[in-house]
Amino acid sequence: MKYISILDIIGPSMIGPSSSHTAGAVRLGLLARNIYGSKPGWVKFTLYNSFAKTGKGHGTDKALIAGILGFNVDDPRIRNSYEYAKNESIQIEFAAEDDPLRHPNAVDFTFYNEASMFISGKSLGAGEVEIDNIKGFKASIRGDLHTIFIIHKDKPGMLSRVTEFIQEANLNIATLLCERNEKGKEAAMTICLDSVPSEDLINSIQNISGVYIVRSIDVLKK
Amino acid sequence: MKNIENFQELIDSARSNKKITLVFQELECSMLEKEITELRKIMSKHLNTMKAAIKQGLETCQLSESGMSGTDSSKIFQRYQQSEKLPCNMLFGKIISYALATMEENQRMGKVVACPTAGSCGIVPAVITAYAEEMGISVEKQIDAMFTAGGIGKIVAQRMPLAGAVAGCQAECGVAGAMAAAAIVDMLDGNNSQIINAAALALKNIMGLACDPIAGLVEVPCIKRNSFLGIHAVAASEMALAGIESFVPIDEIIDAMIQIGNLMSPVIKESSEGGLAVTKTALELNKKLENLWDYQVS
Ligand code: SF4
Repeated sequence: MKYISILDIIGPSMIGPSSSHTAGAVRLGLLARNIYGSKPGWVKFTLYNSFAKTGKGHGTDKALIAGILGFNVDDPRIRNSYEYAKNESIQIEFAAEDDPLRHPNAVDFTFYNEASMFISGKSLGAGEVEIDNIKGFKASIRGDLHTIFIIHKDKPGMLSRVTEFIQEANLNIATLLCERNEKGKEAAMTICLDSVPSEDLINSIQNISGVYIVRSIDVLKK
Repeated sequence: MKNIENFQELIDSARSNKKITLVFQELECSMLEKEITELRKIMSKHLNTMKAAIKQGLETCQLSESGMSGTDSSKIFQRYQQSEKLPCNMLFGKIISYALATMEENQRMGKVVACPTAGSCGIVPAVITAYAEEMGISVEKQIDAMFTAGGIGKIVAQRMPLAGAVAGCQAECGVAGAMAAAAIVDMLDGNNSQIINAAALALKNIMGLACDPIAGLVEVPCIKRNSFLGIHAVAASEMALAGIESFVPIDEIIDAMIQIGNLMSPVIKESSEGGLAVTKTALELNKKLENLWDYQVS
């Protein structure tokens, strides 16, 4: 049986009104910004189903923007996140869609600046979230473990080269997800670790020939 | 220390007449590998956040985005400030208004503490604060009561998810009511068996409660329901303190809650496809909101 802490029952302290539609949305924004890796110039959010229909009443829009700005779930600035985004010259756009094939609380982020990036996620309830797609690759990032996300050329030996560095750093891999879109083109790895990867480790992976993008994604604060 | 998986195990581990709150505090320390002072500090911070939400909620009178809520907590609070002779005492007035205040604050994006969820975040804070003020309960004892309440919620949560979408509102406001009942008995120095009976009595009376929020928002029926469950907790705690016991042991009550949760139709489990959410008034509001909440480029 999974241990449930009393602090999971009483807590977290959060900006209301909904753990899935407000706190969860902040957490999705935080993860997405982390994955994009820098300050975006323009972000488009596409909300699906319940996120789209009840989003305004739950402040889902403000919460997503707050996450992009790096605010935590209990930050009162969430209420005025539109203004904070404006002050940081981040352009915001929202779209809403009905799609029974998508999760009830799904959102797509499209970031634009020099680089553009498409990221999808969903809010699973009770503040739990998952980023499930990055640039068209399947992913599973829930903010509960330190995660390295890599996009690389699809060629032999990539996985072993990456894991070699991780082993050298003496880190334990909790889960590993690999996928490619087309043979010989691009592929992606999501590696969840039990401890924090050092900057050196991330740089070593970045320097492997054939690695295009590496991101180190922190654990979300409880 | 081994986890406490059900209420029988809790009763057994508290048999040597150790107080339930201490059993839970020691368990948390050992499982989270943290010092008790650190855990009590977190809980004390939560308590302060809860009280700040009540205060802010009572001071603010402002309609929510949907227009369904936001102006009620001060009404009931005023009634207890002005009228001379009232049928209920101040404790009742405070519980009702504090729970409303917290939930209204939650709805207007104020800072609250999920307890156990955001939709049920007004119940435990309202009873703890009202009893503390009216009965002169020390802060340390309030924190102890929070560990008792949280422990009750934790044991239920280990058996069923505390989510309206899975088991209806019995799993959210229902469980919060049981947590609050246990907290009251703890603050009033009831014994371990009275604490568990208070929780059992509260749970037993709230089984099968529909989760049918209008427009999918945490407002109707959620906000006022928090006040009702606060008073519900008072009744359960009074019965338990008088020595009244639940005929069915609490672990079996949870078996029944799980069964009822499974039997409940999905249309009354947070989908807003049944119950209050499809009344004529609700559907009219849905239409209004649809036009109002068109996302635009900004
Ligand atoms: S009715 Fe549903 S949404 Fe409202 S408090 Fe109960 S479980 Fe939560």
